[in-house]
Amino acid sequence: MESAVRADLFRDSGFASTVTISEEEEHMIQFLVHEKEDTVGVATVDIKAGETAKGLMMDSGKKVEVKALMDIPLGHKIALTDFKSGDTILKYGHDIGKVVAFIRKGEHVHIHNLKTKRW
Amino acid sequence: MKIPKFMGYRRENGRVGIRNHVIILPLDDLSNAACEAVANNIKGTMAIPHPYGRLQFGEDLELFFRTIIGTGANPNVAAVVVIGIEPEWTDRVVQGIAKTGKPVKGFAIERSGDINTIAAAARQAKEYVQWASEIQKTECSLDELYISVKCGESDTTSGLASNPTVGNLIDKVVELGVTASFGETSEITGAEMVCKTRAATPEVGEAFIKTWNEYNDFILKEKTDDLSSSQPTKGNIRGGLTTIEEKAFGNLQKIGKKAKYVGVLKPAEAPKGKGLWYMDTSSAAAEAVTLWAASGAVVHIFPTGQGNIIGNPIEPVIKLSANPLTCSTMSEHIDLDVSGILRGELNLDEAGDKLIEVMLRTCNGRFTAAEALGHREFVLTKLYRSA
Repeated sequence: MESAVRADLFRDSGFASTVTISEEEEHMIQFLVHEKEDTVGVATVDIKAGETAKGLMMDSGKKVEVKALMDIPLGHKIALTDFKSGDTILKYGHDIGKVVAFIRKGEHVHIHNLKTKRW
Repeated sequence: MKIPKFMGYRRENGRVGIRNHVIILPLDDLSNAACEAVANNIKGTMAIPHPYGRLQFGEDLELFFRTIIGTGANPNVAAVVVIGIEPEWTDRVVQGIAKTGKPVKGFAIERSGDINTIAAAARQAKEYVQWASEIQKTECSLDELYISVKCGESDTTSGLASNPTVGNLIDKVVELGVTASFGETSEITGAEMVCKTRAATPEVGEAFIKTWNEYNDFILKEKTDDLSSSQPTKGNIRGGLTTIEEKAFGNLQKIGKKAKYVGVLKPAEAPKGKGLWYMDTSSAAAEAVTLWAASGAVVHIFPTGQGNIIGNPIEPVIKLSANPLTCSTMSEHIDLDVSGILRGELNLDEAGDKLIEVMLRTCNGRFTAAEALGHREFVLTKLYRSA
């Protein structure tokens, strides 16, 4: 029989352990917002079009909800307000570029409608 | 917050280290073989081979000496044996390290050959390692630490959680008197004007912008096409990053919300006092951490998204990640899993405290994942080709 003596010595909450995400937990938070000024949120799971996505403001812990008008893949941005061409988008409380196509609240914000002002 | 204590090594010059290495340091590429032979013979010593040290000149040569001497001078190193092909530059390294007061001796291969040099250097290394093995740890205070921070293989989880966790640590420990450094000149592009405002004084902000402009001019001179096709990278874009500004602001999360940097350092230059310092470094992980170790940093905090696995021979590298896939598929490389932030189970304040705890345990002697796995990436930064 394999010895499991003092396995407790090596079990350590402070360091990395195997991660398991239950279905229920996964749907508790669907997007995060860095700063209260931000006009986009970041999906922490794949969000489906038509869902009312649940979000969390990272600085205050306040909950927010946005009805998703498009699929938003994990790591991608969801509009928290309507934008017209030329508007500035804020993330981390800062200007991350200009809007180049009309965006409605709940739509996917990415390279098709947001460009850097640099080049 | 009471300043935490840990058991570390107080060196001859008063600086505090968290490891007790005896290193066999080559002056040049030619001396790697002899250094490795000595380290193979004398247990508990470590050779640090590298590919340079011949026919460099000007600023590139100065950076080379600063990096090699700084590596030997780092408080994580108890004693140093230097081996070089010829005696003059070997002695320059020995004299530079000797300023710390630690034991250091040089050996030159010309007019002796490898075998006699290895024998003499091994005898010295044996004495050093026996001496070092008796050094007792003493109680040290967190504010005596000099730490460095840099991220790698970033993705959106870096900007969301692992980088802000490092920022939370920086805000807390810099307030307690810790010396810290960040850099990555190229990856601040897009957030450089905000980075400028994080300087403690307008003069320091100007010094930062001058450094950044020099880098940007170099990029504009060398680039072969519109950089917008490579920054953000295709992988960044697939992961959800849209603009270079967005990527840069994610990177800048590592310096927290409150801390202001008090000065600008050249690559491998030691900070001149406490507080947060900006260092002009590459964004390549091994090059940057080698520069920080040479500037005297004793522990590095490294947030990663997709899973960069870097280590350093003398400066332990602590990894954290918020990417659940990385934390499960590459768990042996990750010291702290902060993916709970993405699920709303952990807030940044709690994550920052956990990271401080992991850092203190590392300072007390616990091996990082990279140390246990034998990652010893030592990569010199070369500014231009040799003569």
